[in-house]
Amino acid sequence: MIINHPLLGPRDAQEFTYLGDASLINRPYWLSENALREFHDYLHLRDNPAGLHRELWFHEQGDRSWLVVTRDTTTHEITKVELARDVARVNRAAEVGA
Amino acid sequence: MKYSAFRLIKEALTGHKGWGPQWRDPDPHDAYDYVIIGGGGHGLATAYYLAKEFNGARIAVLEKGWIGGGNVGRNTTIIRSNYLLDGNEPFYEFSLKLWEGLEQDLNYNAMVSQRGILNLVHTDAQRDAARRRGNAMILNGSDAELLDTDGVRAMYPFLNFDNARFPIKGGLLHRRGGTVRHDAVAWGYARGADQRGVDIIQNCEVTGFKIENGRVLGVETSRGFIGAKKVGVSVAGSSSRVMAMAGMRLPIESHVLQAFVSEGLKPFIPGVITYGAGHFYCSQSDKGGLVFGGDIDGYNSYAQRGNLPVVEDVIESGMSLIPGLGRARLLRSWGGIMDMSMDGSPFIDKTHIEGLYFNGGWCYGGFKATPAAGYCFAHLLKTDRPHETATAYRLDRFMTGHMIDEKGQGAQPYLH
Repeated sequence: MIINHPLLGPRDAQEFTYLGDASLINRPYWLSENALREFHDYLHLRDNPAGLHRELWFHEQGDRSWLVVTRDTTTHEITKVELARDVARVNRAAEVGA
Repeated sequence: MKYSAFRLIKEALTGHKGWGPQWRDPDPHDAYDYVIIGGGGHGLATAYYLAKEFNGARIAVLEKGWIGGGNVGRNTTIIRSNYLLDGNEPFYEFSLKLWEGLEQDLNYNAMVSQRGILNLVHTDAQRDAARRRGNAMILNGSDAELLDTDGVRAMYPFLNFDNARFPIKGGLLHRRGGTVRHDAVAWGYARGADQRGVDIIQNCEVTGFKIENGRVLGVETSRGFIGAKKVGVSVAGSSSRVMAMAGMRLPIESHVLQAFVSEGLKPFIPGVITYGAGHFYCSQSDKGGLVFGGDIDGYNSYAQRGNLPVVEDVIESGMSLIPGLGRARLLRSWGGIMDMSMDGSPFIDKTHIEGLYFNGGWCYGGFKATPAAGYCFAHLLKTDRPHETATAYRLDRFMTGHMIDEKGQGAQPYLH
């Protein structure tokens, strides 16, 4: 697999390590009323879709940035690569806006 | 039809015209008492034990494709009972005992071969861990024997003993472990279940559940609605997709695991060898091919094929352990989809929906568990209580803190 890094261009996936579903960016609020249940779901439960999957990859042997890669789990085709930082900002803005 | 030497001689003399199909190909009825989703090893074993041991009646197994076409036909055929933790070892020991009596029980040649599994150790710390694991195995009724370097050398003189980085310092030998002809397991259970009246319905994909007031009433399929009092889901690899139709999210990710087989060679590996310094395990099939595998690829996948970096990694590990491997040509490689759970251990449990039961999360160790998983799942379906060896395999164990994490990796499915 080749991951098209937004800053560095196409890089071999071997330079990266994998973490998992990009929803791991959205850590629950630790003081919320149902924090225990929310952290349980956050840490352990997954949508695990067959098809498009947004997931976190870490460029460990490169610039050490976190990326959000959109990849089809049935074909391994990568359709979109974003900096996780940018995704987190958008998520945060959506949360505050709501 | 009972298989026997007498029968074989008779058929040989009459041109083999009397062998009939091993199971029927029935159309689905409108309703059953038990519907098992998934015609793999686990699903077929569940139906078999449900009919045989628990007097279940009106049972159907629904399979999307053909039976035995998933992971039971894609694994590296190893059976063993060499786990460490209390939640696991009694279960796998129960499974190995069922393997030992399987062929007589099924009247089917599954080629169960207890040729022994040797887990190599390369450091003092690994030897300590092996000793501890061996003691845990013996305490649970299994067998274990700690070998020193000479003991290993006597069994496998061709291993790379004097590797500067990873010298072989001994190994934990589990003599009752071994290999089984994997397809024959699916076929044997299918035949046994069919003889006891189970309807095995192939080319029948489940497309949804009918759930009312928190109770399952049946399943929608590509061959129409099938009513059921109880539904057991046993579809490892696709567990998340099927349970999503019941509105559930699971502590599971699907990952691809690759396996390999070489050209046929004269016998030179009598048992199963696992490397302690890299993820690599190898045995030799009765046809002569070296069957080996290693790590999962490490990213979510439903494609039944992997990528080249893991191929390279597995072959490198193999070469560093068995230098002679480099002279053999690789014949085939393939991939299967694993239910990787959050602690590396499986689930055999009820769900919050009444009448809906789940068996899955087997990571890449489901094959050896086939008999016990079938038996315990059948026990749960019939009695609504877990079998005594499977009480720890609960879906809510992450909430209650009773994880069964053999490797101590935490909630990182790609590391288990």
